[in-house]
Amino acid sequence: MLGYVLRRLIAAIPVLAIVAVLVFLMLRLTPGDPAAVIAGDNASSEQIAQVRHQLGLDQPLPAQFAIWIGNLARGDLGESFFFKKSIGELILGRVEPTLSLAAATMLIAVCVAIPLGVVAAYRHGSWLDRIVMGVSVLGFSVPVFVIGYGMIYVFSITLGWFPVQGYQPLSGGLGGYLHRLVLPSLTLSVVYIALIARMTRASVLEVLNEDYIRTARAKGQVERKILFRHALKNAAVPIVTIVGIGIALLIGGVVVTESVFAIPGLGRLTVDAVLARDYPTIQALILLFSGIYVLINLLIDLTYGLFDPRIRQ
Amino acid sequence: MSTEPAVPAPALPSPPSVSLARRLLRNPVAAASAGVLLAMALIGLLAPLLGTIDPTAINPATRNRPPGYERTIRAEDGSTTTFRHRMGTDSLGRDVYSRVLYGARISLVIAVTVAALALAVGLLLGLIAGYIRPLDGPIMRLMDGLMAIPGILLAIAVVSLFRAGLPAVIAAIVVPEIPRVVRLVRSIVLSVREEPYVEAAIMAGTRLPHLMARHILPNTVAPLIVQGTFIAASAILVEAVLSFLGIGIPPEIPSWGNIMAEGRNLFRVYPHTILYPGIFLGLTVLAVNMLGDGLRDTLDPKMAGR
Repeated sequence: MLGYVLRRLIAAIPVLAIVAVLVFLMLRLTPGDPAAVIAGDNASSEQIAQVRHQLGLDQPLPAQFAIWIGNLARGDLGESFFFKKSIGELILGRVEPTLSLAAATMLIAVCVAIPLGVVAAYRHGSWLDRIVMGVSVLGFSVPVFVIGYGMIYVFSITLGWFPVQGYQPLSGGLGGYLHRLVLPSLTLSVVYIALIARMTRASVLEVLNEDYIRTARAKGQVERKILFRHALKNAAVPIVTIVGIGIALLIGGVVVTESVFAIPGLGRLTVDAVLARDYPTIQALILLFSGIYVLINLLIDLTYGLFDPRIRQ
Repeated sequence: MSTEPAVPAPALPSPPSVSLARRLLRNPVAAASAGVLLAMALIGLLAPLLGTIDPTAINPATRNRPPGYERTIRAEDGSTTTFRHRMGTDSLGRDVYSRVLYGARISLVIAVTVAALALAVGLLLGLIAGYIRPLDGPIMRLMDGLMAIPGILLAIAVVSLFRAGLPAVIAAIVVPEIPRVVRLVRSIVLSVREEPYVEAAIMAGTRLPHLMARHILPNTVAPLIVQGTFIAASAILVEAVLSFLGIGIPPEIPSWGNIMAEGRNLFRVYPHTILYPGIFLGLTVLAVNMLGDGLRDTLDPKMAGR
């Protein structure tokens, strides 16, 4: 098992390194002088020269990369030119809303999608299966923000059950925190539910034809246990994998959902940084999100051993 | 993390496209989807004839009117005609109905362009990676790196590098789609080159370009068509998202994403500027996705019902 963990860890390093190079090159490939871009439209030539020196842009490209990576390794993400703050500080202040939104979404999605997928596979070809499949394709086909506005229209404006927008930190009380988290996380979970339900159905469907399912039936096992103990457990690896792959979708969705619901999280920060052309902040955020994405998927790869002992070898 | 796309069974001697279309249309869902797409394409094409006015014409006197609002237009000779804003007007007084109809053009053009570009670049890189061994490693590591950046973020990053415009937005939507195509093509090439008929062709001294065109490319056609439809669906969605975030194509161009982006501030009072383009967009993407599912089932019957 330890060997497996090590091998997976080592495999993740080159991917992260390539992402770092891509993110680094992103700014250097911009048409025009990156120092002028970073310093902003109204910068004087002295300011631009200062930025150039500060970022080491007057040095050769490999040296620049070394400086940048060195700073990252020391936890120095640089300075935001728009927010006039250190990027590390900026990001830390925005983590809570995004983490809450993502965690709530994940929880809702997994709790809804897996039972739906299992039932759809069990009742393969029935009207229930068709509805679940149809609705899941629909979930893929409508942009997140349209779902969000739909939810706001129905649940906030018409029914008045939830606030229209906004976020309340956990420190402001659990009730208000959850109350404001419901609509955004429901909105964001739609795509995720569609994705996981489809994969659950497909992989349970495959397993249901296996001999051991027939054996379990033959020995008189209860259907519910056949489904959730025998079938779901054997179908787990692809389902867990799609949960991980879906994180990419979730991160994209966070950016949009935070804009719809005016949540001051990392997604909103990303959009603000792009609108302000605050490149150091954009770089840091892309690196952060990609790192999280790769690491979560690494962790998920490691859980395969729990489901399938053969992988531990 | 690494989910190689399922390698489709090498296609049977490619059936004439006529019979493919016939088999596809036997599937009622696929047939209905094809119908919806045809209708959308016609709407986009015939937009000037469908009772629309200039979709970019601003009219301060009739801002934020509800659907069905009637406006009297006085021509220069003094005669008056009544124009009915079927879907209301937006906050600049532009006719939402005209914008939605013309929007079908923009959104469909983006869908087709993005799918074509992503497939072309992905096919080229995939063939190279699958066939020229020394380049396999570098290309695939680059693709791994691109795939590690969540798609929307990668698109946002690409857009932020250039000044806003249609080419930048198309590039931004294409780039995140390429790695998956490359992986798909490469996996097909790798499996096909082991086939006896390819080995026989190599033995017989077939030159590389001929080998590619005659023996390898035909195997990629079916999976690429399927992949292309899903890329087209995602392109329409990503364009809408980018426009919504305010970093898409210039706001005066009436794409469905832009119409909705324009309506977001006054959404609570005037939901129609999001509702109508939303319905058109959802219906179109749904049809493209369903058509993609139908194509996949038809071309690769093993996947049917999955």
